[in-house]
Amino acid sequence: MKVEQSCKILEKRRLTQDAVLMTLAVGDMVSSAAGNTGRPIRPGQFLHIKCGEGLLLRRPISICDWTQSGDGDTVTIVFEARGEGTAWLARRPEGHTVDVLGLLGSGFQMGGGPYLLVGGGIGVPPMLGCAKACGGASTAILGFRSKDRAILLDEFGRHCAGVRIATDDGSLGHHGFVDELVRQELEKGRRYQGVLACGPKPMLKSVAKAAAEFGVPCQVSMEERMACGVGACLGCAVAMKDKTVKHVCKDGPVFDAQEVDWDA
Amino acid sequence: MPEVNMSVSLAGVPLKNPVVVASGTFGFGREYGKFYDLGELGGICAKGLTLRPRMGNPAPRIAETPMGMLNSVGLENPGVDAFIAEELPFLRQFDTKIIANISGNTPEEYGIMCEKLSAAGVDLIEVNISCPNVKAGGLAYGTRPELAAEVTEVAKRHAGRVPVMVKLSPNVTDITEIARAAEGAGADALSLINTIRGMRIDVDTRRPVLKMNTGGLSGPAVLPVAVRMVWEVRRAVRLPILGMGGVSRGEDAAQLMLAGASAAAVGTAMFADPFAPLRVRDGLAEIAARQGLSAVSELTGAVLPFS
Repeated sequence: MKVEQSCKILEKRRLTQDAVLMTLAVGDMVSSAAGNTGRPIRPGQFLHIKCGEGLLLRRPISICDWTQSGDGDTVTIVFEARGEGTAWLARRPEGHTVDVLGLLGSGFQMGGGPYLLVGGGIGVPPMLGCAKACGGASTAILGFRSKDRAILLDEFGRHCAGVRIATDDGSLGHHGFVDELVRQELEKGRRYQGVLACGPKPMLKSVAKAAAEFGVPCQVSMEERMACGVGACLGCAVAMKDKTVKHVCKDGPVFDAQEVDWDA
Repeated sequence: MPEVNMSVSLAGVPLKNPVVVASGTFGFGREYGKFYDLGELGGICAKGLTLRPRMGNPAPRIAETPMGMLNSVGLENPGVDAFIAEELPFLRQFDTKIIANISGNTPEEYGIMCEKLSAAGVDLIEVNISCPNVKAGGLAYGTRPELAAEVTEVAKRHAGRVPVMVKLSPNVTDITEIARAAEGAGADALSLINTIRGMRIDVDTRRPVLKMNTGGLSGPAVLPVAVRMVWEVRRAVRLPILGMGGVSRGEDAAQLMLAGASAAAVGTAMFADPFAPLRVRDGLAEIAARQGLSAVSELTGAVLPFS
């Protein structure tokens, strides 16, 4: 049976002006993931968190990292205080609890790697879970609007063979978009088991295009306005190339980039 | 507290408790069935069906609003045949009443679907003449009395022994006109309200949040509208009513019942709290017990309006 649980905030840290890292005590969520879903926890899965009393809907937030222990599992999330709900969540002090539904969603399907990991903005944190899951051999390409919005660079440095940065304004790393770095990296001819990406839809579309040009499999984690988070309301629709509709919360958020209708 | 009899009857269909889940908020039960035994529910209104599969509208389909939300899902569904073949057998495993919800482009389509569902053995058919998110049929049937009557009459003729409940739109000047038309055409029950048409605009991009520009409003914001409309309809017709619109607590369901509903549906509240229907049921039982009622059905229509 799935549960809704009250999770204590063990750690809260502001990474930038908007981005907040939060570690939650989640009971046996990580250990029981295999029992509930038939497979262990995967990067790309998300928590659906109740944010404030006056707001109706939960906020879906991807998991960034996790630990498993007999004393209780933890899950770390990183989110941007963008609207009223996430701003409320960002104000919760350590020691308080939040109401959490999860784990939800499918997550990235990963083998031994190495992978080319591509994150854009608040799509960067879930890629850290991917980096850790394949033992440090992967390469990360991380895009941000500017230097002051860059997050988790040290962590990626520790868990990847290489990290390349792109910023929209050129204040850090490559001046431009991540898909340009994806092409540069794939041109080197290193054998990647696949490209894994999370970020805004235009970024995912261009990364998917780059991966397809080099014939490398690509999985993308997508975002869409969501209500229930479990597949009942059919709000978070994504159009597929085969003219079917899938749902971010239940079928995703991770999809095979070749199946998505990028022009819908 | 003394035990309260929670069973009610809706168009002759006995429900173990008056809490039903609203169509379009519960899929075909598989998702929330992972949280609790669906047999705890009085009934399940399955996701709205059409004769052929529908992909629904482009995203964004969801926009949060003050104490509510807009949706423009647009009746995405696998079609009535797939429901009967793949979903109904799953739902039938649980000790609860199954209500199929149907929308058609023509009265004939309603008739064909009623025939199929009646043969498949659902407990009740909810005829949706009020979907604000589809162009053909849908809302048009729900805003003109003569069309509402025609659809009701065709549905009744093809539904066999399965009772027909007509789902009314709040997007009308006088809901009692449509209620009377459905009653006159032989409806066995009415359900109300469907969502209220609304719109939200992103002030920075100056774009509507929904890709369809407008959508249907649901959630706590619409409860008072639902209570008022149930009360008006109750005074206009003799049909039993399934009340819905913004129910998230036992007190909300009690209000709809006092206004005249025999049972109440929970919808949007589930998106925040999957257990909302069970909490509403327990809250309702508590209110009935506190008031010393022996049966929750004593609430139905028991409002004491000022003269």
